[in-house]
Amino acid sequence: MRKIAIAGNPNSGKTCLFNSLTGGNQRVGNYPGVTVEFVEGFTSINGKKNRVVDLPGTYSLTAYSQEELVAREYIINKSPDVVVNVIDASNLERNLYFTSQLVELNIPMVLAVNMLEIAEKKGITVDLKRLSELTGMKVVRITANRGMGMEELKKACLETIEKHILPKPIAYSHELQNILPRLEEMVSGSAELCGRFPARWVALKLLEDDSHLLEKVWRIEGGEKILKALESSRHELLDHSNEDAVTAVAEARYGFASGLSREVAVMTDVGKQQVSDIIDRIVCNRVLGPLVMCGIVYLLFLFTFGLAEELKWLPDFNGGWLSPTEMCELFFAKLSSLAKMTISVPWLLSMVDEGIISGVGGVMSFVPLIFFMFFFIAVLEDTGYIARVAFIMDRLLRVFGLQGKSVLALIVSGGLGGGGCAVPGVMATRTLRDEKDRILTVIAAPFMNCGAKMPVYAMLIAAFFSSSQGAMMFLLWLLSWAFALFSAWMMRKIVFKGEQTPFVMELPVYHVPTLKGVFLDAWGRTCMYMKKAATIILAMNVILWALMYYPGVDSTRFDAARAAAEGNQEMLVKIDNDEALARLENSFAGRIGRAMTPVTHLAGFDWRENIALIGGMAAKEVVLGTMGTAYAMGSDGAEENLPQLLASQPDWNKLRAFALLVFIMGYAPCAATLVAIKKETGKWRWTIFSAVYSTVLAFVVSVVIYQVGQVFFH
Amino acid sequence: MNLAEVPEGRKVKVLKVAGARDIKQRMLDMGVMPAAEIKVERYAPLCDPIHIKLKGYSLALRVSEGRNVEVEYC
Repeated sequence: MRKIAIAGNPNSGKTCLFNSLTGGNQRVGNYPGVTVEFVEGFTSINGKKNRVVDLPGTYSLTAYSQEELVAREYIINKSPDVVVNVIDASNLERNLYFTSQLVELNIPMVLAVNMLEIAEKKGITVDLKRLSELTGMKVVRITANRGMGMEELKKACLETIEKHILPKPIAYSHELQNILPRLEEMVSGSAELCGRFPARWVALKLLEDDSHLLEKVWRIEGGEKILKALESSRHELLDHSNEDAVTAVAEARYGFASGLSREVAVMTDVGKQQVSDIIDRIVCNRVLGPLVMCGIVYLLFLFTFGLAEELKWLPDFNGGWLSPTEMCELFFAKLSSLAKMTISVPWLLSMVDEGIISGVGGVMSFVPLIFFMFFFIAVLEDTGYIARVAFIMDRLLRVFGLQGKSVLALIVSGGLGGGGCAVPGVMATRTLRDEKDRILTVIAAPFMNCGAKMPVYAMLIAAFFSSSQGAMMFLLWLLSWAFALFSAWMMRKIVFKGEQTPFVMELPVYHVPTLKGVFLDAWGRTCMYMKKAATIILAMNVILWALMYYPGVDSTRFDAARAAAEGNQEMLVKIDNDEALARLENSFAGRIGRAMTPVTHLAGFDWRENIALIGGMAAKEVVLGTMGTAYAMGSDGAEENLPQLLASQPDWNKLRAFALLVFIMGYAPCAATLVAIKKETGKWRWTIFSAVYSTVLAFVVSVVIYQVGQVFFH
Repeated sequence: MNLAEVPEGRKVKVLKVAGARDIKQRMLDMGVMPAAEIKVERYAPLCDPIHIKLKGYSLALRVSEGRNVEVEYC
């Protein structure tokens, strides 16, 4: 099968082109060893199937970022039959700078010129025929977001492959032309160094101080000679042009790019105010900018929760209406009652109903929310607004070792004070290009108050702080930000010490996203989440269920009591509660809970909270249910609710409740979030780190609160 | 004078780009290089990063990075 790779600048319409070519029929994967995303699909040319790969969007092909390394290694090692270089006609010069680097790789290429309409609005007309003549490549006009020019592009690809059309080599500046042949000859002698890479490219990259290739030079025989030659070449450049090699090479490439763009493009009325500039004057304004941002984030939540949870806009086929979330819940409730009807073996029923259905159902009920969240985030991303949010927030977040774009993940995770979910939050860190920034944000995001922590907070607040509910919620909101920012700050101090990542970011021209593009993006990410729920999360739920169910209790005692209480409904409920409690107490989770008390009592938790907190590792709302079971002992169930029950316990007080609240806020992310963390960081190391780090941090804070509180209040 | 000292709305020409290797390379890749003409559009609400315009597109870069770019008015 033929391989077609799509390469180009970010925001050049690469992904649009990919979707148009493949019809959204795609599969998302990761490049081996790194977290850079890899999208692959298929397109047919003359009835033959071709593999299409969307390379990460980059401005260059250096060794400084994972994306750029991946893009260049792919082009060389996987040797695609043709590389389609997408060019944004409204940013011709910078796009051709990237083109020059692809040309250096000496591979069959096609230029797909996109956004000519936008360029025309900016007063730029591009002569595509001339561009083709000068570069020696096929040039095709496309309108990627509307799928125009696809047939022509396919034809050009086919011809380029069949005739093996290579781009014309670029003659750089005199100074470089003097040096390059000599270096080329030296490196071409070493198969180890060049491999499949063209010698000229290797020579240029070495001049540029490319760390990846320099490492190889160190290892090979005769490497020292090459290093010496490099050193003298750099000196020569400095003497002749008064520039260091890195600048000289970049200047040579930009020289080519601007020369070419002057040849093929005609610019009229340059300097005219563009619509984007006018929008930026409001959106990036010192005073209005932050206000607009708050408004847009508020709308994001309003729409997401409205469409997913509050508005009942789906028919329930019974004459009524349901929200998508209710629809999901109804489905799993139906499934649960079906299981109760058909399965008679108690342990199997318990596993299927409580372990699988309620576990996976709980996770799946977030699917509508996650879909709409992704949908609106994709809208914000595609319009170009996210880059502005990063611009506005960067300074503030940098204090804590994060960067501008981190704010989105924190907000989606529940940073606005309730609602939200860390799963899409963690997944939203994908817009962070730097790995360290991404890991820091991924670790900080789960501290936010997500929707699942809310019912637990509500219960504890109702029990102990009923007179100041609003103030408590506000305090918890402040604390969640304090936790997240402090954790990031600590990690920057300890784990990623002294490493600052450059923040040179393009603020793309605003444009209207297409419904199809946004939908495909949101749907792709939602599918990934569902796939995880059906596999890893399911397994984790079954394990946690087993911990809380086995080894079980001798039920003869309870059966006897049930027989004695025949007909007395109240008594029967009480016996059921007692049995559930006895089972929980005797379970592995119960034993672990008891074993942990010597440590956890420092923060005021006894074995019952310990079990609930272990259960909460599956999903935070489980804490509530488990505490309900654990404290139902001796009560007759129906009359007293959990807040009243807790408030009436002699050994419970505000301090204990508060320490527990703080711990629940901070401790290990739920199973679904951990899976998302694994996905985004690509490493189990960071997943385990996140769970341990947040638990330790939350525990230390809770112990301090509890111990200091006791000194003051007793 | 460096880029971080230029007031909003002024146009400058780049003389030299210094700084750590990766940051410098990134700036060069984005077109911030000797002889490039840059307009400082605005500073963010907390006076950092800087929003600049060059070759027809917009970039945001931090003040700490702007200090590595030597410029003169044009």
